[in-house]
Amino acid sequence: MSRLIYLDNAATTQVEPEVLDAMIPYFTEYYGNPSAIYTFAGKAKGAIEEARKILAEGIGARPEEIFFTGGGSESDNWAIKATAEAYAAKGHHIITSKIEHHAVLHTAEYLEKNGCEVTYLDVDENGLVSPEAVKAAIRPDTILISIMMANNEIGTIEPVREIGAVAKENGILFHTDAVQAFGHLPINVEEMHIDMLSASAHKLNGPKGVGFLYIRRGLKLRSFLHGGAQERQRRAGTHNVAGIVGMGKAAEIAFREMEKRSAYVTELRNHLIERVLAEVPYTRLNGDRWNRLPGNASFCFRFIEGESLLILLDQNGICASSGSACTSGALDPSHVLLAIGLPHEIAHGSLRISLSGKTTKEEIDFTVDRIKEIVERLRNMSPLYEDFVKKNA
Amino acid sequence: MYSEKVMDHFNNPRNVGEIEQPSGVGTVGNAKCGDIMRIYLDIDENGVIQDAKFKTFGCGAAVATSSMATELVKGKTVQEALQVTNKAVMEALDGLPPVKVHCSLLAEEAIHAALWDYAEKNHIQIEGLEKPVADIEEKEGAEETTEGY
Ligand SMILES: Cc1ncc(COP(=O)(O)O)c(C=O)c1O
Repeated sequence: MSRLIYLDNAATTQVEPEVLDAMIPYFTEYYGNPSAIYTFAGKAKGAIEEARKILAEGIGARPEEIFFTGGGSESDNWAIKATAEAYAAKGHHIITSKIEHHAVLHTAEYLEKNGCEVTYLDVDENGLVSPEAVKAAIRPDTILISIMMANNEIGTIEPVREIGAVAKENGILFHTDAVQAFGHLPINVEEMHIDMLSASAHKLNGPKGVGFLYIRRGLKLRSFLHGGAQERQRRAGTHNVAGIVGMGKAAEIAFREMEKRSAYVTELRNHLIERVLAEVPYTRLNGDRWNRLPGNASFCFRFIEGESLLILLDQNGICASSGSACTSGALDPSHVLLAIGLPHEIAHGSLRISLSGKTTKEEIDFTVDRIKEIVERLRNMSPLYEDFVKKNA
Repeated sequence: MYSEKVMDHFNNPRNVGEIEQPSGVGTVGNAKCGDIMRIYLDIDENGVIQDAKFKTFGCGAAVATSSMATELVKGKTVQEALQVTNKAVMEALDGLPPVKVHCSLLAEEAIHAALWDYAEKNHIQIEGLEKPVADIEEKEGAEETTEGY
């Protein structure tokens, strides 16, 4: 297979040439440790601060509120664990949702083993968390509300502004995992009442293994990684200078191009959704038809299993993903698909296609054509389909 | 992640389909776990498996093990078919990733379920065959979930 059609941009993205170009000098020329005193290291230090400024401006924050981390998972862990620690005197109750990324869910579960109580809010059939439900879950000992900005599997955009307002009214900290949203959707931490926000560079054409946590000024979150005095003593470890520069550059491009890119990708996604729903019978779209990340399309094809579908797509050079159990080695299909109320057998037949600004209509059409063939082929092999056809004959 | 043999049997599955009026048919697994296998057997009056077909809902390994299992039992006597264990299926496929071993167990169970059905239909007992455990009932409510998918 000579041609690669990459439709798994929610998993990770290609580093843009402009981003890579910006990064390289920080490996080769300005390799000094940014914490060092000599002038030679100044260039690296300056570049970090430049990136910090770009990222802060992009979300309406101040540069000193941005703390670089090793990616989205670290940011989520830090925000939640450090809040639980810092606010232990006030309480031990955390509110989150059933459709969070495992970086949030598994952190919450870990804290439950250490004395916290966690409310995992239900979502509606499109994956929406209701601000009223958040409000109703608040207790006197609630210390944190953590709700993601947009879901990585089904693309649903959560009412973060409303949830932030509920948090603010009740004097509770609000963290949002914006890993899928940052650089793709407009964000303003003031308007949305966000106290902490996680972001990761590799979801917006930046490098892997670098991200940040926005922490509102005045929050007394302690260090998560202990060691050196980097990041104003809040995150130890020699800076990933090239990575940080790459994240800054990627964000600069993403903010500049957001409107144009979003319009392009949304149109292509709509075309994909329309074709799949019209041409593949017994198919559903997961998540809200309109209120979703520009590049996300998530389907369930009845009577078939996701891993088989992925392997056959792969043989056509198409990269996509699935929430089927088989793709993760787990027994249950994706917790997100179950949380929106899908029965197991339907959740097993899921396919997530995530587009980028470089995806073409021709690639989408080729992919839909292959999906049609493959789904039909797998259905002809499926005892569930056989039973269905006989029952409805 | 899969051996070449597994990929071959997944890409070109042998014996996909149904047998009209089979001597025995067995369905095992359940959709909840993501694997269902149905194996049809055509067994002649001498107890020799003349034909085997399958339908499978599941991952690459589930399809490949069903395909291999049907290949292995074809031409064998009922007694010989009982020797087609999950290990035999796995070996014939040059191995399976650890998380997929259950697929080969399901394939063994599907053959046993089909043989059990054959024995019941013919009021005979097959020595060494125990009632398969993973047989699933007629799925109920299939229509109810059709809406909107
Ligand atoms: C919503 C969400 N949160 C967190 C993460 C983890 O980010 P990272 O891979 O940078 O650790 C991801 C990416 O997989 C994600 O989609």
